[in-house]
Formats: sequence, structure tokens, C-alpha cells
Amino acid sequence: MADMQFDLVSPERSLASHPATSVSIPGTDGDMTIMAGHAPAITTLRPGVLRVEADGKTAEYVVTGGFAEINGDGVTVLAERALTRSDMTQERLDEMYKEAENMYKTAKENWQNEPGPVDDAAKLLGDMVAMGSEIGLSTKQPNL
Amino acid sequence: MPSLKDLKNRIQSVKNTRKITKAMQMVAAAKLRRAQEAAEQSRPYTERFNTVMAGLASSAGGSDSAPKLLSGTGSDQTHLLVVMTAERGLCGGFNANIAKKAKARAAELEAAGKTVKILTVGKKGRDAMKRDLGSRFVGHVDLTDVKRVSYPDAQGIAKDILGRFDEGEFDIATIFYAKFVNVVSQTPTAQQIIPFEVPPEAAADVDGGTLYDYEPSEEAVLADLLPRAIATAIFSALLENGASEQGARMSAMDNATRNAGDMIDKLTIQYNRSRQAVITNELIEIISGAEAL
Repeated sequence: MADMQFDLVSPERSLASHPATSVSIPGTDGDMTIMAGHAPAITTLRPGVLRVEADGKTAEYVVTGGFAEINGDGVTVLAERALTRSDMTQERLDEMYKEAENMYKTAKENWQNEPGPVDDAAKLLGDMVAMGSEIGLSTKQPNL
Repeated sequence: MPSLKDLKNRIQSVKNTRKITKAMQMVAAAKLRRAQEAAEQSRPYTERFNTVMAGLASSAGGSDSAPKLLSGTGSDQTHLLVVMTAERGLCGGFNANIAKKAKARAAELEAAGKTVKILTVGKKGRDAMKRDLGSRFVGHVDLTDVKRVSYPDAQGIAKDILGRFDEGEFDIATIFYAKFVNVVSQTPTAQQIIPFEVPPEAAADVDGGTLYDYEPSEEAVLADLLPRAIATAIFSALLENGASEQGARMSAMDNATRNAGDMIDKLTIQYNRSRQAVITNELIEIISGAEAL
């Protein structure tokens, strides 16, 4: 199968740059798997697990926020925060969860008449919980 | 004419100073390397980000529904100057140059009848501008405890600025920082971040032939990316500043070490001369005493 170039970069460093067979991206509107020859696209990310298949092996990364650019050369994922799956610990998840929870609280206070931002923050919180269960770690159940 | 003991003390004190400046220079050199590495590693992210932003801005920026962060508020009455300097001194003209540039801009804007507000990042810039422009200060970000600038620090600053923008506190925001050219030269730079301006080198990279599919939609992606673009711009400015500060400190301390060396040489010559004079004097006294007998 044809390979394409895969890059994963965060603001602080570049985490991966190698050819890959397929990349599964946790997009805001749902997961999608990219293979070589995919139509050019740009999608925003939700917190979740990014799976990269290369040489028959699968690498997993935990990403939050950012976007992915897909073009003729391959996939570039620009994540605000990216960690390899093995670096993801319960403490880290708790930290992220707490952050999302705070965002939800402030959104609820600041936007009492407009549901948009509150819903977005609630979705972010929900995504965090889903991500936690996907990688086998638990979070508190959000109190929405 | 200072006594021999005075000279000796002075030489010792200059030697001590030289030790300190030498140590500071070496510390700055080590830190500079780390700062440069950090700046190097953030570059791929910034470059890719700006290329995508440039593409988005050129296709979506023209419409009336473009977000305010991109199109502006339609007025340019109130300017926010974000002055980013170091937390520490002893780095040559680094802090002074940034402050000078910001002051010049503030004076220019006020002469044109605009309102100026100032947000300082880093203690030294605040101190340098307090006397002339203290009344324009609206806030200060303290990074004294931050050993290594990380992206969340930049996000914090961006959040602060965006909050003020949402409240309608200003129309245009500009950041001031020093761009790292090399160890001996750092250029104070002003960069407008709100409304967001695509850096010209990124705009040149845009491949007009590729038509992207946007998920969820072009507007949603743009609205999501703009706040991040501002955080990214601040982050790369912080990193540039970090490298510039260490570079400036390194060359300033190198100069100081060399000056101390020169001074020690001069003082040593003076010390040896006066010692010789004392000896000659004593000899003359002894000889003339012996002759008188």
C-alpha cells in the first residue's frame, strides 16, 4: 500500500515525522481515517486518540485542540497538546479534565443568554470523559 | 596618589567583578543554546500554522461575516501595546531597546489623537516605561517564576488579551519584542496581532491551487484557529525574546569581562610603579643618610 508523509507537531516540539499507511484523526465532527490519496481537507480536532499505522505497527498519541491538514503530500497534525499514549497518566488526565471543567463553569457564567459557547464547553468536557474511557483511565462524571 | 594598600584592594575587587561577569557570560551561553533549541523546535508548528492561516484568511477574510479578530472592529481609535521584555537586567541594551521602540510608537499614536493602552510582560519593561507612560498601563504579566517558557504561558497572555478585546477595550493590538538575529544583534520588532495579520513569508507560501474541504465549515475552522493564531504569535515572540535576551546578556558580559581585564592591567601597572617609587625613595633616604655620616 502506498505510504504518505505523516507529521505531528505541537508548539513546543515536533513529535513525529515519518511515512505512514493510515492515520485516524479524532475530528470535531467525528473520527476519520486518512490514507494516501485523500482529498485535501482541514479539520479541527476534539480531545481524543490519534492512531498512526506505519510498517504494520500502530502508534497512539493523545491530542487536545488544534487541527489537521491533509493535502497531496500527506497529513500534518498541529495539536495544541500532544503526548504519546504511554506518557498519558491519570494525573495528566485529571489536570486536563479540571481545565475543561473550569472552562465549562466560566462559559456558563459568562454566556447565560447564549447557549453556543456553553454547549461547546460541555462538548469539550464530554470529549474529555470519552477520551479517558478510551485509553482506560477514568474521570469523574461531569455534572452538567 | 592612592596608597599601595588601596590599589591592591581595588585590583582585588575588579578581579572579583571579572569572575562574576565571566560566570554570567558562561551561564548565558548555556541558556542561549537551550533557548535557541526551543525556538528551533517551535518553528515547524508556527510555519505550518501560518501557511494554513494565510490560506484561510485570503479565502474567508474578504467576506462581511469574517470574524472581528481578522477584519478588525472597523475603528482604530484605541491601541493596545503589548511590551514584552525580560524579567532580569544586565543584558546590555536589550530591555531599553524594546521599551524605546514601544515608547516611540506610543508617542506617535498619541500625537495622532489615538488612545494608547499598555500591557507589559516582564518586569524590566514595566520599570522602564513607568515614569513616562505609567498612566496608560492596564495590566502586567509576571513571568519571574517561569524557568522555561511553555505554550500554556503564551495561552495565558493570549487569553488575557482576547478577554480585553471581547470587552471592547481596544481595537488594535501590537506586540513588541526583540527578534533574534545573532548573538550580537537583536532587532526590536513590532508585530500587529489583532486584527490578525498574516506574516508576508507565509502568505507567499500559499498554494492557491489546492481546494480544501473544511470540517465542520470554513467559518468554524477560522473561528477556532484565530485565537490559537494569536497564542502562537505570542509564543514565538516569547521564544525569540528568550533567545535575544540571553544573546544580549552574553555579549554584554563578554564586554564587561574584557573591560575588567583592561582595568586590572592598568591598575597593576600603577601598583608596580608606585611600589617602585616607594623603594627608590627608601634607597635615596638610606644613601643620603649614609653620606651624611
